[in-house]
Amino acid sequence: MDTSLKILVVDDFSTMRRIVKNILKQLGFTNITEADDGTTAWEELQKNKFDLIISDWNMPKMTGLDLLKKVREDDQLKDIPFLMVTAEAQKQNVVEAVKAGVTNYIVKPFTAEGVTEKLEKIFS
Amino acid sequence: MDVTYINPFINATLNVLQMMASITATHGKPFLKKENKLIGDVTGVIGITGDATGTLSLSFDEAAILSIVSAMFGETVDTVDRDTADAVGEITNMISGQARKELEDAGKSLNAAIPSVVTGRHHTLIQIAEGPKIAIPFEISENRGTFTIEICLKMKQ
Repeated sequence: MDTSLKILVVDDFSTMRRIVKNILKQLGFTNITEADDGTTAWEELQKNKFDLIISDWNMPKMTGLDLLKKVREDDQLKDIPFLMVTAEAQKQNVVEAVKAGVTNYIVKPFTAEGVTEKLEKIFS
Repeated sequence: MDVTYINPFINATLNVLQMMASITATHGKPFLKKENKLIGDVTGVIGITGDATGTLSLSFDEAAILSIVSAMFGETVDTVDRDTADAVGEITNMISGQARKELEDAGKSLNAAIPSVVTGRHHTLIQIAEGPKIAIPFEISENRGTFTIEICLKMKQ
């Protein structure tokens, strides 16, 4: 994997951003930006170019699903790989995310190995 | 309360702690709580709707949550602060999500809100959700603290 990729990590809980960032750092990624909600993530996406978005689903102002839909509707952003990291494991959620164009989906709780496997699938 | 609602929350609690913090916990026997009070040092509460309505709450003593958060972050955390409270919210969220997945597989559909967290040594919370309250005490291995989960659900008629 190219560890110079620029990654946007979106979660309203700083704990989860910290855990995801720690895993990414262990894998060698250093170019990581955090956002605490879909709205702040959208602002970041307008300002900077990213190679991957890793986002939570349940967030108070703009959900990860709404962020995904906005990204896929935007000509400049629509091809960015989008990994949904969420506690929502019910079938209906997975189907909804797939319909909205999610690249891959990982259910919390997860292990570092689980995240690595998903990233390898996305960039293989 | 339908007892089949209880085991998924126990399984999810044990699994979340094991996967996110490599922590092993054991649980005592679930019991029906008569009082509305919840006592702890840090408590996460999440609202539940769907085939049943109510709350899931997790109340940790300080030793337990500091052990869990230290293991999750890979560094020693020795005070309950904003980061600790945030971690309790995320743990509550994950347990709720995983339990609801197991319940979905058993044909029961539940949704959850965004969790809230209360901190303060020996705080007391009064639960106003309707329905029976089942409490399950947990103990973290090597005497690293205790916590209790409480499930208060009223079945949809």
